[in-house]
Amino acid sequence: MTSDSAHRVLLEVAGRAPWHPAAREAFGALVEQGWADPRRLSAEGRRARLLLEAARESLGVHLGARTEEIHLTSSHTQSLHAAVRGVVRGRRRTGTRVLASAVERAAVLEAARFAGELEEVRVDALGRVDASAMRERLAAPGTALVALQHANGEVGTTQPVEEVAEAAAASGVPLLVDAGSSIGHVPGPRSWDLLAADPGDWGGPSGVGVLAVRSRVRWAADWPEDEDPWFPGGVSVPLAFAAATALDAALADRRESELRRRRQVARLRERIAATVPDVDVVGDPEDRLPHVLTFSCLYVDGEALTSALDREGFAVASGSACSSRSEQPSHVLAAMGALTHGNVRLALHRSVTDEDLERFCEVLPRVVAEVRASLGAQGL
Amino acid sequence: MTLVDARGLRCPIPVLRLARLAKDALEGAELELWATDPAAEPDVRAWARMRGHEVIEVRPLEEKDPGNDDDVDPRAAVVIKVRVSRTS
Repeated sequence: MTSDSAHRVLLEVAGRAPWHPAAREAFGALVEQGWADPRRLSAEGRRARLLLEAARESLGVHLGARTEEIHLTSSHTQSLHAAVRGVVRGRRRTGTRVLASAVERAAVLEAARFAGELEEVRVDALGRVDASAMRERLAAPGTALVALQHANGEVGTTQPVEEVAEAAAASGVPLLVDAGSSIGHVPGPRSWDLLAADPGDWGGPSGVGVLAVRSRVRWAADWPEDEDPWFPGGVSVPLAFAAATALDAALADRRESELRRRRQVARLRERIAATVPDVDVVGDPEDRLPHVLTFSCLYVDGEALTSALDREGFAVASGSACSSRSEQPSHVLAAMGALTHGNVRLALHRSVTDEDLERFCEVLPRVVAEVRASLGAQGL
Repeated sequence: MTLVDARGLRCPIPVLRLARLAKDALEGAELELWATDPAAEPDVRAWARMRGHEVIEVRPLEEKDPGNDDDVDPRAAVVIKVRVSRTS
């Protein structure tokens, strides 16, 4: 039994990973050097502006965008909300329909319902959107925006972004790619009109988000005008700089980290399927994010399972209704036809070792059996 | 037709109760679950897939459904019918 002060194994760091040491160091330096308002013309203000521009330039290089196409926000959710709202308003004469895969992040789906009419496109049992259905809907008039994630952050399945980008371009509809779960872990998508990336996911600070918008995209704010048109008020310069530094650091050994975690996750998938009875190991086994893994255990209470694993020293998450604050099951699992109860969601931190996972694999079957026994679910 | 009224109960209890009935049911038996938990429909579908049973109907509960009392708002509940298979 491991207590909180003992070794913790970080198996769920999606969107909120511990800060990379390089980001912490950069943040400390920037609190000294870049605290001022970058809009001011004083020496301090100009220095802050230079540091902010350097952060945008660096982010742009890594995301395949020009510096002026990089906009900084206060969260990934805010990036996605603004992208949908801005494009729907800018293209309202064409139409206000937003096409999105059924497994997009809630922020995309909610923003689409808020700003226009959401039309969800189905996914298969692996969680991959039907690209031909997407193409067919794109051919119909009245679409303001199409949204497709680079990869699903809950189940890991990658999406046919290039194929949908081609269809979107042919129809003249801008494509928003949510790369919040992939940037920092795998090479980013090549084709997009708007691209959202999440520093919290790659070891940067929370409280800052990144939205890249191609200059050709027609958009209009449905919020008040400001010197920073996409995100009124601008962002914290130290946070922005730390986010860019963290991405540099994450990409410096990205390939190595990807291969290690890909091997670890493949082994976990195999072991869990073999040692836990009645388990649904979810998502594409091959074409997937390297560090994300989800499985659901039949007749298991997700909250009891995550709490039990937490007591054993493993930080995990769950998409089960009974273990989230929303009371709604994961819309991603439901859209795939996967079991939503007894769900455990993993996103491996780079620090996780093979020994950590060996211990996880030893503990898991026992913990699942205990939860089932407490519910009287044996032999069903 | 055998009925499980799992209204007001949360996952995984509705599926668990249905599974207990299915365990002793005969091939082809039809079971009916009433549930208010939003996870019930996706979870019964997934359970049926894992066990080889067949989901034959999913619809909202109606006030006229026999056995429906007025304790729970019928509009919030779904009726899920399953046909038991013993072959898998």
